[in-house]
Amino acid sequence: MAQIHLTINGQTHTLEAPPMARLLDVLRHDLGLTGTKEGCGEGECGACSVILNGVLVNSCLVPVAQADGATLCTIEGVAQQGQLHPVQQSFLKYGGAQCGICTPGMTLAALQILKRNPHPSLEEIKEGLSGNLCRCTGYQKIFEAVRLTYAEADAK
Amino acid sequence: MRANPADYQLVSPGSLNAVLSLLAEAPGQWTPIAGGTEIMVQFGTGRLRQRKFVNIFGLPELTEISVTADTIRIGAGVTYTTIRNHPELTAALPLLAKAASWTGSLANQNRGTLGGNIVNGSPAADSPPALLVYEATVDLISVRGTRTIPYADFHTGYKKSALAPDELVLAITIPRPAEGLRQYLRKVGPRNAMAISKVALAGVAMLDAATIRSPRVAIASVFHSPYRCFKTEALLAEVTLTPAFIAEARKTLIAEIAPLDDIRSTARYRTQVSANLLEEFLLSLSSFAKGGGPAS
Repeated sequence: MAQIHLTINGQTHTLEAPPMARLLDVLRHDLGLTGTKEGCGEGECGACSVILNGVLVNSCLVPVAQADGATLCTIEGVAQQGQLHPVQQSFLKYGGAQCGICTPGMTLAALQILKRNPHPSLEEIKEGLSGNLCRCTGYQKIFEAVRLTYAEADAK
Repeated sequence: MRANPADYQLVSPGSLNAVLSLLAEAPGQWTPIAGGTEIMVQFGTGRLRQRKFVNIFGLPELTEISVTADTIRIGAGVTYTTIRNHPELTAALPLLAKAASWTGSLANQNRGTLGGNIVNGSPAADSPPALLVYEATVDLISVRGTRTIPYADFHTGYKKSALAPDELVLAITIPRPAEGLRQYLRKVGPRNAMAISKVALAGVAMLDAATIRSPRVAIASVFHSPYRCFKTEALLAEVTLTPAFIAEARKTLIAEIAPLDDIRSTARYRTQVSANLLEEFLLSLSSFAKGGGPAS
């Protein structure tokens, strides 16, 4: 076992875990942060995406010891003071979520796209979401939700 | 069946010297883990045979890129994201930047490293064809010292390499390509994103009027490891292209490769596409065809 320190959504945690434990399992099982989903477990589907020290990663492929000392953002940290983030509101408005299992990962990947460019091109959106699989929406509504996240704010 | 993490060790010595000492104390016992994009997939599915891992992700000694007038030296622990976003590197080595940009997803590129990609030794890996045509060398380090070998000599068989059990890949060095070098790279897979190649081919050459000089061709997914096509290169050198010659070049390449049937494709398809990609590269060099595909 190893002692692991994590700062997740602004809160610090210290826990004991086998160093090879997947960050995904530590989040879900040890910390109860079940918003992060497991899909393929092979780094293909993006359902387990989290932001680790500012970059998007698949938490199923990160042994927790490699995250020791890191700052993490999971889906639970995206809404602030009970207010959905604009990208979450946009997913609601444009029908970007159906069954929901891909939505946490999609949301975090979308946040990374919007951080680079608040008004991303369709190509930027497609590339930014290419590691996130959705079996419900056919993607168009997700692309639309990301593209229009800040459109209304700008129109005002 | 899912692996039990308690059955595995993972230590983080924190410095290159400490990692090398550990590898030297028990050669072959410890497996370095960098971004984990390969090892953790095997772990997750319960197929990971090794039990003892030493963390090398983010070691400062492995994450530098240094650019000089003559070379670009990339630390083995540099991620694909860093490679594709590095302005001098992408300007000097467009094929490597392109390969980095189509390796896995952005999340994979944030973790996957160039050194990990070559040590993993997949015949289908994305960066090797570019490294081979750029005539990269690799620096291998152990407590015994550092040695440098051509990357073309690194892979010695399927998932076998010249790396000794106590050695780490320290860096990959690429001579700066000559001005005017014609460069080509194309990957054929089932879809654009997140796909493993059925075939990928890189080609570079200088053109002296219409004569091909210093041609280099490398290919993925049609040999036991990433493969530099020396016989095809020998045929192309000092040649002025004609349609008849292109047919001969296709035959030479097909005789040189050894594609297999597997879950991703068939030998027959790979043979045909390999020759098509070579032809596309050659057409991009020729004066009798316009266009010629995605040569850069």
